[in-house]
Amino acid sequence: MSHHIVAVKHLQHVYADGTVALQDVNFTIHHGESVAIIGANGAGKSTLLLHLNGYLIPTAGEIRIGDFPLTKKTLPEIRRTVGMVFQDPDDQLFMPTVFDDVAFGPFNLGLPVDEVKQRVRDVLEQVGAAHLQEKPPYHLSGGEKKRVAIATVLSMSPDILVMDEPTSGLDPFARRQLIGLLKDFQHTRIFTSHDLDMVLELCQRTIILHQGVVKADGPTREIFGNEALLAECRLEKPLSMQGCPVCGKGK
Amino acid sequence: MRSIDGAVLDLKRLDLLATGDSSIHRLDARAKVLTTFVFIVSVVSFNRYEFTALFPFFIYPVVIASLANLPGGYIIRKISMVIPFAFVVGMLNPLFDRALFFHLGPFAVTGGWISCASIIIRTVLTVGAAVILVAVTGFLSVCQALERLGTPRTFTVQLLFLYRYIFVLTEEGARASRARELRSCGRKGLGLASFGSLIGHLLIRTWLRAERIHMAMLARGFTGEFHSRQVSGFGWRELFYVAGWSALFVALRLENGAQWLGGLVTGLLS
Repeated sequence: MSHHIVAVKHLQHVYADGTVALQDVNFTIHHGESVAIIGANGAGKSTLLLHLNGYLIPTAGEIRIGDFPLTKKTLPEIRRTVGMVFQDPDDQLFMPTVFDDVAFGPFNLGLPVDEVKQRVRDVLEQVGAAHLQEKPPYHLSGGEKKRVAIATVLSMSPDILVMDEPTSGLDPFARRQLIGLLKDFQHTRIFTSHDLDMVLELCQRTIILHQGVVKADGPTREIFGNEALLAECRLEKPLSMQGCPVCGKGK
Repeated sequence: MRSIDGAVLDLKRLDLLATGDSSIHRLDARAKVLTTFVFIVSVVSFNRYEFTALFPFFIYPVVIASLANLPGGYIIRKISMVIPFAFVVGMLNPLFDRALFFHLGPFAVTGGWISCASIIIRTVLTVGAAVILVAVTGFLSVCQALERLGTPRTFTVQLLFLYRYIFVLTEEGARASRARELRSCGRKGLGLASFGSLIGHLLIRTWLRAERIHMAMLARGFTGEFHSRQVSGFGWRELFYVAGWSALFVALRLENGAQWLGGLVTGLLS
């Protein structure tokens, strides 16, 4: 009995215009796992993520989060369990100040004001953004926005964190900071990313999506070692696994 | 397109002012909404030739703005943006209403000029009161106060979304227009023809973005209700605030304050 399992069975999604985004996707993610879902543009990653907290309804197949199947009735509980961080933090931050934004979720959970204030302070501290509390989100830098966006989700104490392209658009330092932050989390984590070096650092397991099906699912190092598979899926080895560009050593 | 971006930032600044901390900020939002309502009704209920009696009403925006430490220049700029609209409304009055009121030196002042000026003064007063209300309360709290005063929730949530999406629309609009400007190399681009598809794209992009924001709200348990961290009750302070200001507005509405003050001063001097 664990509330942290994500099970996707024969998931299919066809958009209204007839585009088949997901054909037949199957996987199970266990408690505490850190998993990357990678694939070329248009492989169906974002569509898959939008199913995990019930924003899109499967055309066929089933999703279970913890012990619950994802249905209209279980939706509120599942949305609390699965914290979703969007690719563009500007989509996620919509309140006048950072505080209000981080407090938005806990208030919707019906928590009393003092508890909300405490939670907001705690999670902003955790992501290193306590000093930004009273700032308006549109005055923050990209890295700060990302950390605040993560805080808005953490404040709801989710069991599972789902992140779409967490490192996109960040400078190397902000990226490094974010990776450090994500490493420390104990949640079940699911990432999509084109930043394969980040995947190598953060995820023990990788799932490759290709044309709407799971093409490979296994230990990250093993998958990144398979060059033929990567090439077929329009991917390539992470830079840290490629040889030195000057002397060619380390291959 | 810096102007659109700038205007939006300016509007956001209004929201930020509401996070300030002053005796006015701390009042329950309902008290401020009610007082503003009484103020606006008093000002607009004067007959159309009333002019001098309007001036004493300036005491309200001036006192509130200074008590709440609002930046005067910014508030005046916000208000002055609507003066041209008020002028358009009143500009035909001098042409149609030529009844002579009095002579100001060589100028004959007609009823039309008086009513036109009256429209502008009223606009400045009412818009000023509304801008100051938002600046000391915040749009979110104003909507919450409206709801607690009995406005249907559907209406207040619509109002809030309208306000939120102003920013979404203008930001998308500024981006699209910047892209067009950069590629039209300082000329007119493709002229009107390109605007058709630009506006079409803008609609779709705004729609998609609004959907993503809505998605983010749903993901965080949004059920149609906005909450605020400020918990306030309607106490004695609020009651005095509403009663005091309302009494003053009603008195100024019934008696011409300017004339009374003028009479007092000339009485003292003579």
